[in-house]
Amino acid sequence: MTDASNLIQQEVPVTTPAVPDKQAPLLSVQDLHVWFELRKWGFGHAGYVRAVDGVNFDLAYGEAVAVVGESGCGKSSLMKTILGLHRPFRGKVVYENQDINAIGAKGLRWYRSQVGYVQQDPYGALPPFMSLQRILDEPMIINGISAPEERRKRARKVLEEVKMSPVEDFLPKFPHMLSGGQQQRAVIARAMILEPKLIVADEPVSMLDASVRVEILKLLRGLQESHHLAVLYITHDLSTVRYFSERIFVMYAGRLIEKARVADLLNNAGHPYTLALLTGTSEPDARNATMFKEVPPGEPPSLVTPPPGCRFNPRCSRIIQGLCNVKEPPEIEIEPNHTVACWLFANDAK
Amino acid sequence: MSKDPLLNIEDLVLHFRTTQGAVQAVDGVNFQLGFKEAVVILGESGCGKSSLAKAILRLLPRNVQTYSGKVYVDGVETMSLSEEEYRRNVRWVKMSLVPQAAMNSLNPVLRVGDQVAEPSMIHHGVSKAEALNQARKMFQHVGVPVDFLSRYAFELSGGMRQRVAIAMALVTAPSLIVLDEPTSALDVLTQANIFNVLKRIKNELEVSYILITHDIATSSELADKVAVMYAGQIVEVGDSYRFFAEPLHPYAKKLMASVPRLRGTREPEFISGQPPSLLNLPQGCRFAARCPQRFERCVEDPPTYDVEGRKVKCWLYAS
Repeated sequence: MTDASNLIQQEVPVTTPAVPDKQAPLLSVQDLHVWFELRKWGFGHAGYVRAVDGVNFDLAYGEAVAVVGESGCGKSSLMKTILGLHRPFRGKVVYENQDINAIGAKGLRWYRSQVGYVQQDPYGALPPFMSLQRILDEPMIINGISAPEERRKRARKVLEEVKMSPVEDFLPKFPHMLSGGQQQRAVIARAMILEPKLIVADEPVSMLDASVRVEILKLLRGLQESHHLAVLYITHDLSTVRYFSERIFVMYAGRLIEKARVADLLNNAGHPYTLALLTGTSEPDARNATMFKEVPPGEPPSLVTPPPGCRFNPRCSRIIQGLCNVKEPPEIEIEPNHTVACWLFANDAK
Repeated sequence: MSKDPLLNIEDLVLHFRTTQGAVQAVDGVNFQLGFKEAVVILGESGCGKSSLAKAILRLLPRNVQTYSGKVYVDGVETMSLSEEEYRRNVRWVKMSLVPQAAMNSLNPVLRVGDQVAEPSMIHHGVSKAEALNQARKMFQHVGVPVDFLSRYAFELSGGMRQRVAIAMALVTAPSLIVLDEPTSALDVLTQANIFNVLKRIKNELEVSYILITHDIATSSELADKVAVMYAGQIVEVGDSYRFFAEPLHPYAKKLMASVPRLRGTREPEFISGQPPSLLNLPQGCRFAARCPQRFERCVEDPPTYDVEGRKVKCWLYAS
């Protein structure tokens, strides 16, 4: 379809997606690489696991963005680097114009009070020997809110916001006394207590039952809107994304291969991998039982030795031989605020 | 049901003994399953769906208080068989199980080929070479490369291990396979792949499935029939086309409305409240406390009504 050799020589202009907000982004991830060194016999170098390999994006104030990808695609490493739990191998995480890896221990403490983290497994994330009161007190003590009345006032406010009322009944409870949905609310309350500007939610509903799942998603969405929070929502489930975020990033083998607004991605997905994900997601329909789904063969590549060129090329049915398996595709803007890292769109580049 | 169905369950009860009293995990379940038919048992966690699988296959823990009812497999009543007869003639011969998190239940120190071969050596008494040959055939059916026979479980990806677990359940050619949450820990594309395999096997090997899951959207990939379970009881059973188009029981309706959809404009809803504790079940209809269509009669236990071939346990359908 395209002349492969021509395209290799000619540099396609890389477009950066426009920030929807006028002001500077809240969080900016720039050329982020998170590589983990593999060691041989404990000291010899044996290569790197390239968990995150060249990720760029901006997150505006009050914007909810979902990162969708399969397990092992690097989405958790990306999240942990944003939280400051891993150091980037290369590239920067910039929060309000400050590189979080260059602001020192004190700066990092400030940063962590600005960012809330909602863990995947609420039961594992709540210390079993602490009452809810104590769980909510802890971050406030660490961040210097010493007056007990102030702490109690904040705890009450945040619990009411996550709809755990009557508050007095819940405060003395221990995590095992709460149901799964209530535990997840407690985790959200803890993430919210310092009034952060950014919430990072790692699969917040994947451990919950269908009926509770929607309730938690709606709660998070409500909090995001009322507090003008930026939310980075990490998930593998495309069907819940729509109710939650404005933009979707699709991640595959350490890279963001498609970035778009939710409606654009659902109706006009570009990357063959995104299309496969959309096909693979089931809707409750009895006709499914009589049909076979078209699923790309194989499995995601090893992150130690990723294939040359586009990382999806060994599984892609629309591969352009001599291009896709040789040269990495740039991010190409196929419509406003919609970029795809795929050679199929090289000619549509504006 | 015209002839003898493959599986016929009548009034199956399984209660567990605990220090706080009896947990009524399965409490009077009735349903039938034909040949080459797949039934999905839908329910939230703690509704007793895994216990139902255990009760059907008689894989009981030690603290059983009551285990009663009738299970007919191929016309033969199996509840009255002794444990040894059951093991020889029913389990793994007529029906087998792919347990929950099966991909993590493979033996880490055995080659997967040997593990898949084992059931046919035990149940059909064939030689090891012959059993390995059968295992090879099964690997082809489930789409695992045959050179994986000599690998260990840790060398395979999650999706491949799940396929191996399915091959293990299939190798003795049973007519019924119970799948307990077969894809809940897998990625979207792997899930779609496994369902493709299960659909193909259903046609090629003529097996029936009982699929136990909480995931309504993916359950439609396999279902011929849907049974909705709530607090130890089946509240609705019916053919999948009519169920997915319009569920009848108020709980089933709510459950369907809670499914997030990829497309469409309808906002998903949630069910307020929590399911009752299986230790201390309410009188009357067990869903009544959360039901939007509750009325006076719901304080009595509803019978199961037949609504044009679909069975619903709800007073709303009393004619």
